[in-house]
Amino acid sequence: MTALLEVKNIETYYDLVYAIRGASFAVEEGSITAILGNNGAGKSTILKTIMALIKDQPEKGVIEFDGVPIQNRDTDEIVRKGIAYVPEGREIFEELTVHEHLLMGAYLRKDTPGVKQDIEKVFAYFPVLKQRTHQWAGTLSGGEQQMLAIGRALMLRPRLMILDEPSLGLSPILVKEIFAIIREINLTGTTILLVEQNANMALSISGTGLILENGRFVMKGNSTDLLEDKDVKEFYLGIKSETSAKGYQRWKRKKAWR
Amino acid sequence: MIDFIQMIVSGIAVGSSYALMGLAMVIIYKTSEVPNFAQGEMALISSFFAMMLLTSFHLSVYLAFFFTLVFAVLLGCFLEFAILRRAKEPNVLGMIVITIGIEMILLGFVSWKFGAEQKTMPFPIGPYDSLIIRDIFISKLEVLTLVAALLLMIVLFLFFKFTKLGLAMKATQQNRVAAQIVGIRTNRILMITWGISSLVGAVAGLLISPTIMHPYMMWDPMLKGFAAAVMGGMTSLPGAVVAAYLLGIIENLFGGYVSIEFKTVVAFVIIVLVLCIRPSGLFARHYVKKV
Repeated sequence: MTALLEVKNIETYYDLVYAIRGASFAVEEGSITAILGNNGAGKSTILKTIMALIKDQPEKGVIEFDGVPIQNRDTDEIVRKGIAYVPEGREIFEELTVHEHLLMGAYLRKDTPGVKQDIEKVFAYFPVLKQRTHQWAGTLSGGEQQMLAIGRALMLRPRLMILDEPSLGLSPILVKEIFAIIREINLTGTTILLVEQNANMALSISGTGLILENGRFVMKGNSTDLLEDKDVKEFYLGIKSETSAKGYQRWKRKKAWR
Repeated sequence: MIDFIQMIVSGIAVGSSYALMGLAMVIIYKTSEVPNFAQGEMALISSFFAMMLLTSFHLSVYLAFFFTLVFAVLLGCFLEFAILRRAKEPNVLGMIVITIGIEMILLGFVSWKFGAEQKTMPFPIGPYDSLIIRDIFISKLEVLTLVAALLLMIVLFLFFKFTKLGLAMKATQQNRVAAQIVGIRTNRILMITWGISSLVGAVAGLLISPTIMHPYMMWDPMLKGFAAAVMGGMTSLPGAVVAAYLLGIIENLFGGYVSIEFKTVVAFVIIVLVLCIRPSGLFARHYVKKV
């Protein structure tokens, strides 16, 4: 397998904050790769760096898509190469209708019949959206907006789809649904890079898992192995129980990995 | 009764130029959240450009106006590209000050190049040609302004509603980041926005120029247009238009029945009232972002 996206030793500053401190990883073509980590680890920053949404960053390092370096370009150029991005917190256009959203998702495409077909495809993935075709996106529920954001990204017919916390603020059932669809999208040949807090869900659908801590990767492995890993389990539970000498139940916070 | 109708008709006529200026401001404000105080002077320089083409180069009226509109678009694009885009770490206050600076420069340039005295614009319709319909006076120029304003509004409406570029502009207005990630070149969109806005302003300038033509000619329409834009909520095109007509009518009625001296002040009293009572404007309908 070849790497579709390769990030080599990037360093990113978020204003004055040294957020990404030399991170490297690769996303295999056709795979689902998940980046995990707790708040402030720099997960979203990595994705934003790839999408060139942080001005003049990365400070150092190389990002290669399909063997071609793409760092320090404009966002639209990166999108043009076939990378679709579903941002954290959805970032929809409040006063455009669902239909208009999907048209905007296909902004770079010129093939009208293909676009029409793909709109139907998105509606097949997310039947709720079809009922809301002519409704302003601002009036949709959070879950529907997330579906819309994914649908909009699909309209690009991307080779790589990057998702930033697709489970944010959704009910457990919806999370399950969304992840099932992400897997389906992957089966049709789209490579997926995913950032998540919901470690269980993310590891259950991904092939490779990476754990980020303070702007550095601290662990990498097969997702199935990571799911069983004692440290990972403990870390994501956040606390661990132990029994004291007198037989009282005690709860202890797990220290950070460093 | 005739007086009353006359005042309303004149109000609507005056409102048209306010509407054009209001539209021009709203178009820029929507994309960049900057009230463009140079709007009036951009229109001013376009009007003087037209006068120069007509008097010095003896072009025909249609040709001169066509070139003026092209000039206006280029001017708007240029200002965005050369000045506003270069602003480092832009914030709204800084941008406003930049637009005020542009305004001063353009104003100074026009005064220096053309002189500050009243000029006459060789416009095909004079300011005093008028129609009388059932005892109501309306000048031909006012009719033309009204027609031009309405036409331009319809074109803008169709443009935003049905073209891909218009849709992309709306998308950029609503969420810059989201627009970038679907591959829209938001910088270019911003530039086009300034071009279109400058064009709308230039039309207003051209239609005002037969009546008054000196470096301060756009002050009043610009401020009134701004007032209308604020009344309409700053982000709503139809809002600004309706507010502009309302403003024109109220102003005229106030001048007729209450006090002619305070006629121009009315607009600003209205702004204060609107900002106190409905700060989001009379016609704004907006969704609060969900988290």
